[in-house]
Amino acid sequence: MMIKQNLSGKRIAITGATGFLGTALVERLLSSIPDCELLLLVRPGRRGAEKRAEKEILRNDAFNNLREKLGNEGFDELCKKRVTAISGDVGTDGLGLDETGLIELAKCDLFIHSAAVVSFDSPLDQAVEVNLLGPVRIAKTLNELAISPHLVSISTCYVAGSRRGAAPEDPVDASPFFVDVDWKIEVDAARRIRQETETASRTPEHLEGFRKEAREELGAAGTPALASKTEQLRSRWVDDRMAEAGRSRAHSLGFPDAYAYTKALGEIALRESALDIPVSIVRPSIIESALAQPFPGWIRGFRMAEPVIISYARGLLKDFPGIPEGTIDVIPVDLVTATICAVAARGPVEQPDIVQIASGSINPLRYGHLFDLVRAWFTLHPVYDEIGQPIAVPGWDFPGIHKVRKQLERGQTLLNKTQKAFDQLPIRGSRADVIAKLEEQRDQIEKALGYVDLYGAYVECQAIYGLENLLELWNSLDEEDKNDFCFDPEIIDWNQYANEIHLPSVVKAGRVPMSPPSKKGQDRETRLRNQILSPDRQLAAFDLENTLIASNVVSSFAWLASRRLSRTERIRLVVKTLLETPQLLSLDKQDRGDFLRYFYRRYEGAPVSQIYEDSAEQFSDLILSKSFPEGIRRVREHKNLGHKTVLITGALDFIVEPLRPLFDDIICPKLGRNGESYDGRMIDVPPTGESRYQALADYAAANELDLRESVAYADSASDLPMLEAVGFPVAVNPEVRLASIARKRGWLVENFGKSPGISNKILPLAPHRGGKA
Amino acid sequence: MNTNDKETSRPSPRPGFVLDVDRNTPPIVFHHGENFRLEKLPPGRSRVVYPSEPLEGLPDPEGAIKEALLNPLGDSDPLPSLLKPGMKLTIAFDDISLPLPPMRKPDIRQRIIEAVLDMAAEAGVDDVHLIAALALHRRMTEDELRHAVGDRVYDSFAPKGLLYNLDAEDPEGMVVLGETPHGEEVHFCRRAAESDLLIYVNINLVSMDGGHKSTATGLAGYTGLRHHHNVHTLRNSKSIMDRENSALHASNWRMGDVIKDAGVKIFQIETTVNNNTFGREGPLALLQKREWEWSARDRGQFIAMQRGLDLLPVKAKRRIFGGWQSPYELTSVQAGEVEAVHKKTIENVYAQQLVTVEGQTDILTMGLPYICPYNVNSIMNPILVMCLGLGYFFNLYKGKPLVREGGVLIMSHPTPWEFHPVHHPSYIDFFEQVLSETTDPIEIEKKYEKQFAEDEWYIHLYRNSYAYHGVHPLYMWYWGSHAMQHLGRIIIVGGDQKAVRRLGFQSASTLQDALEIASDVVGPQPTITHLKNPPLVMADVI
Repeated sequence: MMIKQNLSGKRIAITGATGFLGTALVERLLSSIPDCELLLLVRPGRRGAEKRAEKEILRNDAFNNLREKLGNEGFDELCKKRVTAISGDVGTDGLGLDETGLIELAKCDLFIHSAAVVSFDSPLDQAVEVNLLGPVRIAKTLNELAISPHLVSISTCYVAGSRRGAAPEDPVDASPFFVDVDWKIEVDAARRIRQETETASRTPEHLEGFRKEAREELGAAGTPALASKTEQLRSRWVDDRMAEAGRSRAHSLGFPDAYAYTKALGEIALRESALDIPVSIVRPSIIESALAQPFPGWIRGFRMAEPVIISYARGLLKDFPGIPEGTIDVIPVDLVTATICAVAARGPVEQPDIVQIASGSINPLRYGHLFDLVRAWFTLHPVYDEIGQPIAVPGWDFPGIHKVRKQLERGQTLLNKTQKAFDQLPIRGSRADVIAKLEEQRDQIEKALGYVDLYGAYVECQAIYGLENLLELWNSLDEEDKNDFCFDPEIIDWNQYANEIHLPSVVKAGRVPMSPPSKKGQDRETRLRNQILSPDRQLAAFDLENTLIASNVVSSFAWLASRRLSRTERIRLVVKTLLETPQLLSLDKQDRGDFLRYFYRRYEGAPVSQIYEDSAEQFSDLILSKSFPEGIRRVREHKNLGHKTVLITGALDFIVEPLRPLFDDIICPKLGRNGESYDGRMIDVPPTGESRYQALADYAAANELDLRESVAYADSASDLPMLEAVGFPVAVNPEVRLASIARKRGWLVENFGKSPGISNKILPLAPHRGGKA
Repeated sequence: MNTNDKETSRPSPRPGFVLDVDRNTPPIVFHHGENFRLEKLPPGRSRVVYPSEPLEGLPDPEGAIKEALLNPLGDSDPLPSLLKPGMKLTIAFDDISLPLPPMRKPDIRQRIIEAVLDMAAEAGVDDVHLIAALALHRRMTEDELRHAVGDRVYDSFAPKGLLYNLDAEDPEGMVVLGETPHGEEVHFCRRAAESDLLIYVNINLVSMDGGHKSTATGLAGYTGLRHHHNVHTLRNSKSIMDRENSALHASNWRMGDVIKDAGVKIFQIETTVNNNTFGREGPLALLQKREWEWSARDRGQFIAMQRGLDLLPVKAKRRIFGGWQSPYELTSVQAGEVEAVHKKTIENVYAQQLVTVEGQTDILTMGLPYICPYNVNSIMNPILVMCLGLGYFFNLYKGKPLVREGGVLIMSHPTPWEFHPVHHPSYIDFFEQVLSETTDPIEIEKKYEKQFAEDEWYIHLYRNSYAYHGVHPLYMWYWGSHAMQHLGRIIIVGGDQKAVRRLGFQSASTLQDALEIASDVVGPQPTITHLKNPPLVMADVI
């Protein structure tokens, strides 16, 4: 009864409760320790600490058992009584605590520090702030409060660095392989690198590069959209540089990555800052899904091994580095929480107090064995691809890390080239979707390459973590504790763990399709379509060209211009227009507004009444002939549902006039007049790019409509500002760029087509007025 | 026009007849959209109803027209005495749906209208409007109007706005003349109603056309049409081709009385044409020949044509067939009072088309050609395939249907899932949305007619573009409702499976398969009748 008794009624401060280990720990303490009170230090984020704790911790399925046992109300009551969430952040000095926070903290008997930046590719300075300085800040705050609760700080076995052989439960700097560096200098260096990188990212050359990249991705989407994309790219560039800096610094000191490196220095820094505070360090190896508690297979978030496993199951990882007879040191999360409870219950002992919880030394899981288990499992339970075919998983040869990387890089280069080539082609609709898929594949390879870089070091690591202190602690427990708080790594049966616990949980968490898509249930598209066609929507905005009709302003012009021409004049017009097409296309690509401005000059001198008369004919011969019946039907469906329907187009008013009954309103450019004829200049700024968004926003505001409850249909990336502004964007026959954006963001993609059977006019010429000669 | 030499050298046309199929009967040509099929019918229990050979055309059409105008039938004065200076004259004429295929120039309408206009000019009439009697059909294009009335008439009237398509959705342009004793509103073109004389120029291609239907239907809109274009009326029209037994015609005749009582004076001009649909010579002449009389050259030509068509994409085939104009010849023209004129007209139609057939059959087969009244210069969509087979060909009977109640209809047509977006916009929506839910005519009428008829977008397209009215696809469906009720099963051979299923029919890839499927309904040794049509043939089933 040692653990329960000792911790019962204690007040325990916890950091990192929103994380995988932290959530499991909170659950364990609430369910197994009577009457202990928990003070959770949670970064407030946008929701505030309390809301976050409620939404992100207590609603987690880890608490399902507890909820079931107590009922929802009972559980809420328990939480109210025993859990307090306050704003706190180990990344800022003073832990970001306000006065009440400090008072609350001062009442604590025990402090469990579990917050960490665990991502293996996090920017160096972030890892330094949290992993290295976090423990220091905790110690400092506790000292300032003049209290010295038992501080249990969670670290990692990998602080031992990339090495072979025994790694005992010793302080980091006691290792013969430790390269002695001053953690304070490391902190300064990391902060300086951040500053330098930020500065570098703002040089004109770099900014120009980001802008170019943004433009390549979005096309003529308008200045604000490009600007925000550019800034996003810049900040991602800085983060990438910082992650790289972390990786190289870690490698240079013999650590697999920035995580292990900052954690190692964090241990040293904590020892130096702790003063009178009794510290226990718990070092788990790779934490994976639960063996038994809160329930077998429980896992939170996508962690280290999962993405690799899923990528493998999807057939993406044809090979992976690693040494088949080497050990992969995995430990189920509940063994870790049990260890933490036991260490906390036992209380402080003589310093340094370090407990490792790992499996390698007494119950090793061989890498090759794990691979065989995974492969057998996915052969039995294959993941299904998009067209409902099971994916066969490959065997691995376990070549060295360099060979694997080369293999993946080759694939990446090929796909890059293919995509560059496709980007140049005017492709839309379902074909563009193929390219979007290609891009997805490239992303996946990129990810796989990332895994190889990130985790390669881990699977090739052959350190064996000593468990003397752990086993001593284990042996000191009575039978009841051993039963309730089991952390004996020997109890794990790896075959059972992989087959029955971990892999089922990984595919569930990864939401990968484990059966062919069923025909019965509503598929994603139907669901999205139902959302769009819900009476709750308020406004449906439509682009015209390639969204509702397969025609464009050039065709319209050619048709109108040819309406009253003789045969030779018609041919001349066609040739002229064809010759100009490349120039027009490139102008259109750069800036749609400029293109329209330039192109519409051609209407200069055209008699107004004649244009109106001919446009009425063009409506049937060109517009309706090339219309997408499904698109037109969709407009009408929206209208019938009581949504406001609005057409926002760069086509001229007389062209779209016959479409007026279809819409509640039409926003389109008009040409100025010079007496009875047009002057070829637009009266207003045409609604393209961001001004299309502006037109929509103005319209919604004027009609008191909520854009979040609105739908927008468009075909091109230049319509992004409009699509992004509404709650329900629909990409119609998207060109490549928009197809890939829509795919990534889960937007509905519609492929509207012309009526089957209508013959294609090669040239948009009007039938000659006055009948056949 | 034929020279006298040719005429005398030709043997006199043989009447239509019923062929009993035996083992020596060669395969029969079935129309199959823009192609043909050769089908061997089971000997001993099959028969083929052959149309009559084309009757001789009138040697002097212009003379015959003049003659008819001067010697009207029934209670009517000769046309010249009806024409007075200062009067309001309206000439209405049949639209693009007649004849089928369109006839070679000069169109009969042009000849008649020119003759009428000559007389009107002579009489000093200067307020003349020419109106294409569309009802809810699509507007005719400039080219189509030019073809029907000729360039001379078009150029003198159209630019001034005096030659135009009826707009049955123009609230100003339409008027309700009254109600029949059955409570049917008579909706009518205002200009026609307010004219001192309405002259109607008709082409009576089949016995359904003409009579009071010309004006009561052709110059009406939805308000009037709904009283007879409905499932109840059409199920009680047995058949719509037999005016005496057609509830559709009874309603039109009642409306005719109301029109007369409202003081609208009608001078009806009706014409009939012969069966020279595919020409006595030329690439399609084979279709007018009986298969056992084919020469070796004919056979070779047919196979070559069939192979050639197989290779062509459907759009190209559509262009080729769409360009075919029939060398129809005028067989009669009669003018004067509507009912007297129509009685004579029907006699003349029957003289060309009626064939006596003994008894009904278990299975009726028919090959559907590439054209029906609603896809001239357009696309024959699946709904039109249904309507041509069930609405028109099935109804080409007098007495009782060729197939017994509960029997099977087998039609041959590719039935592609294709639509003309300009001409048939509401058809697309009807096919996609309504037929995917139900194919029951009663339910469709109840649930969807109002919605399709009053839809503003469809009305906009009917009035300003070239679209059939929103309600038109529903009318097509009603047209087939008598056949749907009568038949035990409907099978389409060689059709697009998905489209056929959407229509609620069964699809078979060959005639043999279709007969196999039919045996579920009619047993293993059914009797089969093939209606070899067109050229047009109408069965008098006794």
